[in-house]
Amino acid sequence: MGGPVDRPVPEDSAPEQSAADIQRATPPPESTIDRMTDSPYGTEQRGMFGVAGSGDTTGFGGLVREPWTAPTAERPYGSYFDDIVDALFEAYPDAEAAITKVVVDRDELTLHIAREHLTGVATALRNDPSLRFELCSSVSGVDYLGSTNRLHSVAHLTSMTYRRRVRLETSVSVEDPHLPSLTGLYPGADWQERETYDMFGIIYDGHPSLTRILMPDDWDGHPQRKDYPLGGIPVQYKGATIPPPDERRAYK
Amino acid sequence: MTDAYAPSRATTEGRVYNLTGGDWDKIVGGHDPIKDERLVLNMGPQHPSTHGVLRLVLELEGETVTDARVVVGYLHTGIEKNTEYRNWTQGVTFLTRADYLSPFYNETVYCLGVERLLGIEAPSRAQLIRVLMMEINRLSSHWVWLATGGMELGALTAMTNGFRAREKCLDIFEFVTGLRMNHAYVRPGGVAQDLPEGYDERIRAFVKDQRVELGGVNKLLHGQPIWVNRLKDVGWIGVEGCIALGITGPLLRAAGLPWDLRKTEPYLGYETFDFEVPTDDRGDSWSRFVVRVAEMWESCKIIEQVLDRLEPGPTMHDDPKIAWPAKLSLGPDGLGNSLEHVQKIMATSMESLIHHFKLVTEGFRVPPGQVYSKVESPRGELGAHIVSDGGTRPYRVHFREPSFINLQGVATMSIGGMIADVIASVASIDPVMGGCDR
Repeated sequence: MGGPVDRPVPEDSAPEQSAADIQRATPPPESTIDRMTDSPYGTEQRGMFGVAGSGDTTGFGGLVREPWTAPTAERPYGSYFDDIVDALFEAYPDAEAAITKVVVDRDELTLHIAREHLTGVATALRNDPSLRFELCSSVSGVDYLGSTNRLHSVAHLTSMTYRRRVRLETSVSVEDPHLPSLTGLYPGADWQERETYDMFGIIYDGHPSLTRILMPDDWDGHPQRKDYPLGGIPVQYKGATIPPPDERRAYK
Repeated sequence: MTDAYAPSRATTEGRVYNLTGGDWDKIVGGHDPIKDERLVLNMGPQHPSTHGVLRLVLELEGETVTDARVVVGYLHTGIEKNTEYRNWTQGVTFLTRADYLSPFYNETVYCLGVERLLGIEAPSRAQLIRVLMMEINRLSSHWVWLATGGMELGALTAMTNGFRAREKCLDIFEFVTGLRMNHAYVRPGGVAQDLPEGYDERIRAFVKDQRVELGGVNKLLHGQPIWVNRLKDVGWIGVEGCIALGITGPLLRAAGLPWDLRKTEPYLGYETFDFEVPTDDRGDSWSRFVVRVAEMWESCKIIEQVLDRLEPGPTMHDDPKIAWPAKLSLGPDGLGNSLEHVQKIMATSMESLIHHFKLVTEGFRVPPGQVYSKVESPRGELGAHIVSDGGTRPYRVHFREPSFINLQGVATMSIGGMIADVIASVASIDPVMGGCDR
């Protein structure tokens, strides 16, 4: 589907969903995992009006939107991005193996890094005089449910010297959620990695004290994962219960 | 009969036995409970001087801090998770509550990110209004810092004056958005409403008054010996320490690095405004006080420049899908759909009704991708990592909260100092726990 930008719809034109977009009889694939081995991104979406079961008479219920994958960028990347990648290849001999994918999207450079090379790449990015990414602005996680390595750890680095930014993205699986910690290079990543561990269950090896930070210490599960059950937490008030948001009609 | 291992003595309460003997005297003899007074002190989260629900675990030798740990998370409300279950416009309503003292920054950084995902830009009037509201917000946020920081250090006049001045900022917020806090005024594509009538005179009078209030700070605090002594050489952190810990904002500028995203990576046309980035070279709590107060003077300059530049025009992107929630009018029963709009969808156009239904129930779609947008909030670099999967709701919104990251500096600022200086150090970081814990 095009965004609203590509297709500003006059108020009286046809509904936004054209017939061509609708795959009426597409059966849902058995396993989405097999289909998305190539560095997947985004989730599959089904249906249209939140109607499941027998209520759907529109045919929109069979609608399946493919998970989105960010396209690999081609040289030249534009802006200062070529300089960064070139300098990184010079500063880090294993860059060919380390960088699994380069994405340039919305004027931002994303380097997908194999996890065993993460600290090496970050060290080169921080120390090399032509790169100088001194500031680790942000470390956070994203859970792309349904893909093979669904947990992504995303670090945003800032070069204060050159006023440049780069995003390092590393993906791990739920079964083996281990990743090298950046705290040795950027002490400021300490709490942010703890938060990402807390929320996503990504384990940063080498972190000095990887404990929960926002949730209580004895909490079960990692709340920001997409398959974390919502609501249903017992409320300490006269046995009241709260229906999970994903079971309320509007959020289906 | 006496027992060699449990001698007894008579007291008014009765007979007291004590356990002695063997070689215990030699083993415990070196310990002097008065001399080696090592104390682990829990401070907070419910403590009037920890600047919100912040918990500090301090290890003390006498009054000297030998170790400090910061415990956060008491105000975690799951804002990031909640946004994933609301549409893109509703996300503003949640995120404005994150750092509740700088709501316009939360809204703007999120909306700038969503707009970059959409590939649109807000109209120039909307951008100027955002700058205007953000700079008034910088004033109000710094006033609260001065007020609460002053209160924590016992300077109660700083508190009453600070809250009085902040109240005037909130009056302007209420005048423009209808709410004193949690405005949800900045929306993807622009702002919710245009400025109300008579805004120019009112905001100009406000700026004039803020300058008077700031002059009062000069008179009250800059030469006040207790204030100076409580802040100078307290809570030091240098440029290297700031960068290593990711600390930005007034703390970094007080250490001497003029890093301000409004100048270094300008957004919303900040490069066209005439203002200075105040810095200082001491890197202590006093420098942060000086830098913040100087920033407030600069904000006043920016507000006046915005007022000079504001020209009539749209305040929302012209795509009706994105603009819908903002195209409301004030009726006798409050803000809602305009009468013409209701007549159109109910009486004349079925298609419009369908669109209305879809936009109200689902909202607009945002093309897939991820962005990191950032603004210079009163506390430092406020970043928003926003991921879209092409749906009508955010797939992931993460806020890089300066409060959260700057609080990591508490240990290095307070270890080796006195316990009273911990209060000054934490106050000078100006953390807002609503933002820190989200």
